[in-house]
Order: sequence, then C-alpha cells, then structure tokens
Amino acid sequence: MSITRSVQQQLTRTLPYDELLPYEQPAYVHSYVYLFGVATVGSFLLLFLTGLVLAAFGPQWWHFSSLGHFVNSLHFWSVQAVFFFLVVHQWAAFFQGAWRDGRGLTWAIGVITFLTSILTAFTGYISQLNFDAQWIAVQGKDALNAVGVGAFFNVLNFGQMYGWHVVILPILVSLLIGLHLLLVRLHGVVKPYPDNHTKPEVLS
Amino acid sequence: MMARRKHDYYRGVRMAPYDLLKEFLFVTGVMALLVFVLAIVFSSPDEPSLTLQSVARDTPQIYAQTALDELDGNSAVAGYGPPYNNGTGSVQYIGPISLQKLVGVHIPVDTAQDYVLGPLSQAAANDPALKAALARYEHASATQQTTWTDAYNKALTKAKENPPHLAVAPCPSCGPVPLLMTSVLRLGQSGAMDGLLLTSGHFYQTDFTRALLFMQNDAVANHAATFNLQGSTWGVMNETGNYPGQAWLWLYTLFYQIPPYTTAWAANVDALAIVSVSILSVILLFLPWIPGLNRMPRLIPVYRLIWKDYYREQRAQTPQASGPVVPTGE
Repeated sequence: MSITRSVQQQLTRTLPYDELLPYEQPAYVHSYVYLFGVATVGSFLLLFLTGLVLAAFGPQWWHFSSLGHFVNSLHFWSVQAVFFFLVVHQWAAFFQGAWRDGRGLTWAIGVITFLTSILTAFTGYISQLNFDAQWIAVQGKDALNAVGVGAFFNVLNFGQMYGWHVVILPILVSLLIGLHLLLVRLHGVVKPYPDNHTKPEVLS
Repeated sequence: MMARRKHDYYRGVRMAPYDLLKEFLFVTGVMALLVFVLAIVFSSPDEPSLTLQSVARDTPQIYAQTALDELDGNSAVAGYGPPYNNGTGSVQYIGPISLQKLVGVHIPVDTAQDYVLGPLSQAAANDPALKAALARYEHASATQQTTWTDAYNKALTKAKENPPHLAVAPCPSCGPVPLLMTSVLRLGQSGAMDGLLLTSGHFYQTDFTRALLFMQNDAVANHAATFNLQGSTWGVMNETGNYPGQAWLWLYTLFYQIPPYTTAWAANVDALAIVSVSILSVILLFLPWIPGLNRMPRLIPVYRLIWKDYYREQRAQTPQASGPVVPTGE
C-alpha cells in the first residue's frame, strides 16, 4: 500500500481546488459583515511581517533605532487591529449562528484561535524589555502561580517568554487560522436564518 | 464528497461571482494604510525599564528597606510560597485545593542569600571590614540576627533620604547590619547588583526572575501607580501613556473590580479569576452544542440587519410567503 498515493487520493477527495478557492459565493455574502474576518487575516499578515522584521534585528533594536521604533509601532497597531476585527468578526459569527449545519468545529477553532492570540499578545507585552514588560510580568505571575502554571511558564524569564512569543505561539496561531479558513472554505458560509422572526415559538 | 454536500446545501440559493483574492488584497491594503497612519500619528509606548541601579539611586530608602526585608525574611517574596519557596503568604486556593502547593517549588529563591548575603560575599573579596561583618552576621544565632535587623528596621524608618543619599542614624544595637545594608546599597547604586542578580553560572543571561522579584512590591508597584496601572483600576489591561493596552483582557480584569472577588474571595482572587474566565471560555468554545445558548442568536434580531438585503430579495420573489424561505438545520 502506498501511503503517498492514499494521502493524495484522500486530499483530492476532501480538498478540491474549486472548493478551496471558489469564484462564486451565495449572494447573501455580499455584506460588509463578511469583511471583518478578512480584515482579521489581513491584519494578522501585517502583524506577522512586522514581527519578522523585529525578530530579525533582535529584541533591543527598537529601543535605540528610530526605524526600529517605527516598525514596533506598526507591529503594535497591527495587534490592535487584529483584536478589534477578530472580536467584531466573532460577534458577527455569533449573531449569525455561524455554527449551524455542521459548522461547530469551525466556531470552536475560531475560539481557540482567539484564546491563543490573547496568550500571544500577552507574551509580546512581556517581551518588550521596557517598564510595561516589567509591570505586566510581575502582575501576571501571581495569577499563573496561583493555578500552578507559573512554575513552568515563568513570565519573569524573558528568554522563555520571547521564545513563546516569536516561535511557538505564532506557529500555533498561523496553523489555527489556516485550519479555520480551510473549514470555512470546505463547508461554505452558513445560510441565513429562516425569515420567520415574527414567530419565535418555531424555534423549538 | 465534501463538494457534493456543499452543493446540496446551497441548492436553491442564488450564487453570485465573488473574487476572494481581490477582496483579501484590497482589505489587506486598507489595513496596511490604517496601521501605517496609526503608527505615524500615535507611535507606540516605550517607558524605560527600571533597573536596580535606578531604584537604588532614585529611592534609596525603598531599596534599603527591600534589602533588609529580604535579609530578615519579612519581604513578600520571602513568604510567597510556591514556586519560589515554602512560604504561605501568596498561596491561593480553589475551594480546598491549592494547585500552587500541589506543583511545589520549582524556581527556588532564598531571599537572604540571593539578594544580600550572596552578592555581598562577592563584593567582600577585597573588603576585609565587610568580610568580617558578613562572617559576624552569618555566625550569629537566628535570634541575634533578628534582634539586629529589628533594630535596624526602626532606624531605617527614621532615615533621611536625599537621593541618592540615605542618612541612617548610628545604631549601636544593630550589630553588623548597618555595614551590610550600606554595602548592599552601594552595590545597587554602582549597578553591580543588576549583574549579580542575573548570574546563574553562565555567560549569557535571559532570566530576570530574581531581579524582578526584588523590585516588584515597592519600586515597580510605586512606579506603576504613577501611570494608574494598578490592578484595582483595571491596570492589568492598560499600559503606560494614552494607548489602548490589552483591551481584550477586559473580562479577566473585570473580576478584580467586583465582589465577591474583591471581598470574600479576595485572598484567592487570582486563582478564582482564572477559574472564572476559564469556565466562560469553555462555554464560548462549546456554544454550538449547548442547548438553549446555541439558539440565542435567533432571538436577537441582529441577524436581520446582517442579511437584510437577502430577506428583502426573498420577500420580493415570494411576497405571499410567511414561513421559512430557506430550510436550515440548527
């Protein structure tokens, strides 16, 4: 049995190109609400690229270089943009009941992405090597220690937090976003609720 | 297989051309422009970090008091508990269980040795007087040590501070402690302590645990208060300057503002805030499968706004219809 052949056949069945990159969508997708998810991914791309530049020059660079500080500002506002659009996207998905018709896993992956993003931002804040980093680290340690996590995830250890922030968590968030997008493309966007809002008793 | 299922799902739904990649490129371009403008106009915060040297120079009394507390075991860190030591001062419980105690000590911190006696023993190599003072203190009984540090503690509270100078009145009953404290302050003001607290037997250092624990309670906390960053004022989600901070932590930070977290549960507030936000996160995660909650959006008419064009189109096509236009499972 050829594993390669078997995987290739499986991928061809489950991930056809025309489903991954369709050129048609249901007409109701022509709504600004659907742009929030795209804006989240776009902001994340900017976040990733500016993070690559910051990582390439090292964690001290932006404290003494005006160009570095500007790149840090781009990174900083990209984070704010990611969270703003991510939260709005999540609310929009909630109001649409976007988990209906077998899309529960898509919703769950989205929530895990949100929670992982919070951890990524948190480790970013404590990797800044400035007073904000000191304050957030000494504050955050008590919560993590209180539930036994601080012994292994030491927010006062810059080396450990920097590793999480620039390697482990970005890879994880990228994979989760990829998986979320894959599920959205495979299942398609959910259909609107039936237009019978004047009769909520039919919900049961 | 998946394609056929999707095709069946959209049966009867009007499809329209849609350029996903063009949309992505356009939106990303707009995001880039937005971020670029925000970065130019507002920049980003970068309040310089405190150092042991800056603390010792700018607030010598705080520095000396912290060092004395570390020496006599009265500091917050000395009595903190796991993962630093076996104290109980900051041990928290979830009901009868303390996960903190279960995990135990993994980052051992001996405050007297790490913050005072250890650094001073290195500095004493070329200072016979300091070497003698250290030996006298270390060979004294615990009761004698406490008598000396208590006496010095009283003297220190009456000290006159004129940064970077700290004038402590002569204290004959303090034994060798005045010389130890003067020396440890001098080490701090020279910048040597910043290096000494990072030593771990290796050339490269990336772990600031000991230095941050030394500064946390007074020096860092007082500086944070000037920026209104304390936990009781939603400070954990804020940052220095007029910037948005970690607004996404609002729900977690909320627990630090409301009873019973601020009253009956205050002693375990960190553990209980984590547990509470974890429960809410799990609910959010499993929302699609929680009966009742998973139908909530249907009761909130926001979806009618989101799909208003779609409903208008449907009604125009079937004006007589009053029931569901598109069948959908829930």
